Amino acid sequence: MPDGAQPVLDVRDLKTVFKVRGGEVHAVNNVSFNLKPGELLGVVGESGSGKSVTMMSLLGLLPTPPADVQNGTVTFDGQDLLSVDPETLRTVRGGKIGFVFQDPMTSLNPVYNVGMQIMEPLRKHMGMTKKEATVRAKELLELVGIPDAERRLKDYPHQFSGGMRQRVMIAIALACDPKVLIADEPTTALDVTIQAQILELMKDLQERLGMAVIWITHDLGVVAGIADRVLVMYGGQIVEQSPTRELFKNPQHPYTRALLKTVPRVSGGREARLAIIEGQPPILGAQPTACPFRDRCDVAFDRCSQENPPRYAVGAGHDAACFYDANTGAPRDA
Amino acid sequence: MLDAPKSDRKLVAVENLKMHFPIHTGLFRRHTGDVKAVDGVSFDIYEGETLGLVGESGCGKSTCGRAVLRLYDITDGSINIDGDEIGSTPQGQLRGKRPTMQMVFQDPQASLNPRMTVQAIIQEPLDEHTNLSKEEKRAKVLDLMDQVGLNRKFAGRYPHAFSGGQRQRIGIARALALNPKFIVCDEPIAALDVSIQAQVVNLLEDLQQEFGLTYLFISHDLSMVRHIATRVAVMYLGKIVELATREALYDAPLHPYTKALLSAVPEPDPDLHDTMDRTILTGDVPSPANPPKGCNFCTRCPAVMDICKQEDPEYREVLPGQFVACHHYNGITDAAEIIAASEAQ
Ligand SMILES: Nc1ncnc2c1ncn2[C@@H]1O[C@H](COP(=O)(O)OP(=O)(O)OP(=O)(O)O)[C@@H](O)[C@H]1O
Ligand SMILES: Nc1ncnc2c1ncn2[C@@H]1O[C@H](COP(=O)(O)OP(=O)(O)OP(=O)(O)O)[C@@H](O)[C@H]1O
Ligand code: SF4
Ligand SMILES: [Mg+2]
Ligand SMILES: [Mg+2]
Repeated sequence: MPDGAQPVLDVRDLKTVFKVRGGEVHAVNNVSFNLKPGELLGVVGESGSGKSVTMMSLLGLLPTPPADVQNGTVTFDGQDLLSVDPETLRTVRGGKIGFVFQDPMTSLNPVYNVGMQIMEPLRKHMGMTKKEATVRAKELLELVGIPDAERRLKDYPHQFSGGMRQRVMIAIALACDPKVLIADEPTTALDVTIQAQILELMKDLQERLGMAVIWITHDLGVVAGIADRVLVMYGGQIVEQSPTRELFKNPQHPYTRALLKTVPRVSGGREARLAIIEGQPPILGAQPTACPFRDRCDVAFDRCSQENPPRYAVGAGHDAACFYDANTGAPRDA
Repeated sequence: MLDAPKSDRKLVAVENLKMHFPIHTGLFRRHTGDVKAVDGVSFDIYEGETLGLVGESGCGKSTCGRAVLRLYDITDGSINIDGDEIGSTPQGQLRGKRPTMQMVFQDPQASLNPRMTVQAIIQEPLDEHTNLSKEEKRAKVLDLMDQVGLNRKFAGRYPHAFSGGQRQRIGIARALALNPKFIVCDEPIAALDVSIQAQVVNLLEDLQQEFGLTYLFISHDLSMVRHIATRVAVMYLGKIVELATREALYDAPLHPYTKALLSAVPEPDPDLHDTMDRTILTGDVPSPANPPKGCNFCTRCPAVMDICKQEDPEYREVLPGQFVACHHYNGITDAAEIIAASEAQ
């Protein structure tokens, strides 16, 4: 990834609130990040930290109400996706931006065969004839490693294994040669050996097609293996952003540091007892006015409950939203 | 955690266990085949140890765990728990045996009745199997809540008011109610967030220390199994392909499937990813209704030979405490030769 290249996607100050019975959930708070051409950006963070809502907000996929995207800009191809008309957004979505989401709303339809589901975006976004689309659909199934692709186009989702269904989803997301692929936990339900197949495939596609990828996962091992850069989310905010290697070697935010300690490994030394993060995730009832991690943080001090820390630059492409400086072991200057 | 089993007494001994589910098709629901979910597995679990059971989705781990507790009428085999043979005991006569053996389930959401309070959920096994008075039961429930780290004040609440990790604690408290000796933990952490997983695993370890519990710990998370298990069994398509101590299994695996499985685990260390030699298996796991001829792994095995497609390899103890089913180890017993055969693959 060339440094300083013009980002393909630039997200600024994104804020999404859900109106629920008895109040609000401030799920995403002033989230800013960008994605460079051909890079693979990993997104990690606790369950409920806002990873999925962030990505669904920027693609306009959240039902409104209850969701309300209150602020922000999402620049893609010279336009702001949050202010374009719905028709333009639909053309971008599933066309130049492919996506695979956790939720069943965007998964395979059991009543259509797999071929039809891959051909649909090809005909809609690329204006292909039925014949052209069939040829391309077969190529796509081959690309994601499904044997006997031509015959399998006529099969229905239930005739595929779980791993194969996920590969079909990825094939659909890749159908229109997207510039950006957003994949939300696409491998959680998978087995390690099938997951390894898919991760290899992703790396290969990214290199061959020059596509940029956002990959959301709970699995730090996956991130270590495929991401160029990582965003760490906590309580609806980005708390750390870093090149991958740097994040694992030199984590700065107390949440990232704690998270890295909780995961056991299959090689190297074996810990007698697993580290844990005490306490509960924050309740996101209002615009935060303090650090969302303060109640669980082992280095929190007065300032942490008085202000919400901005993202401080701590190295090249590396920033952390914390008042405490992990390198000096002292609070940052006010 | 001690590495050697705390005792050499076998609390659980399973021999040639089979659990086949019949497939009925057509208008007359004729019996046309069987899903061979568990197809002849043998293993022992020593008192006070944790045996890890790993393998890919659908390989038969849960079925195996449930069959050992006789939640099914098994197709074949023998199961000895704490000195009693229960493999063919009729369900009606198992009741007296139930308190000794318990299960913690994968999905804390689905396994707790949403209309019962925490008090009632934990108390249910006491109602069923003991003659304790109401006060005694209440006291016991509060004790159990203390043991698993749940605030006593929450006894009157319903499951929906708890987080995933807390719900799993409720399930564990319930499993502990009758002072069991043996607990099957079926993916007890799979549905939990990473930071909560560690809490539940630490709790299971503490309880094991305190009460001398014996666990069968089912999981597809190889790193977590390495942390918690004393010995580990690897399943593939209804069979155990390798069983060994934790050290042997992770440091010197013998079966080609174990090797592939371990090399596929993504480690949270970018440097390792660059240097590691990975075996990426191709293809999907065959259906347990229609396993291949010969070795079950022969359709995906990177070290497959002609004989593998003809004959089912024998499951035997090739090194002390290390059991393997693979033709690469046929007819050799010498440790140096075994290691050479493993490296030659
Ligand atoms: N439809 C909704 N109504 C109300 N709150 C919602 C809704 N969808 C999401 N939320 C809330 O928004 C927050 C962020 O959720 P999100 O799904 O983005 O988390 P996540 O980081 O993707 O978690 P996970 O790792 O579990 O997928 C959570 O607190 C969640 O409860
Ligand atoms: N009651 C049943 N009737 C028919 N087939 C069954 C039944 N229960 C399980 N199976 C089949 O037996 C096989 C083994 O299933 P099992 O649930 O034991 O796998 P597992 O290893 O626990 O997988 P996972 O990791 O996904 O939980 C699967 O092919 C499954 O479809
Ligand atoms: S017996 Fe053959 S196919 Fe089976 S694991 Fe060993 S080498 Fe592979
Ligand atoms: Mg999510
Ligand atoms: Mg299971």
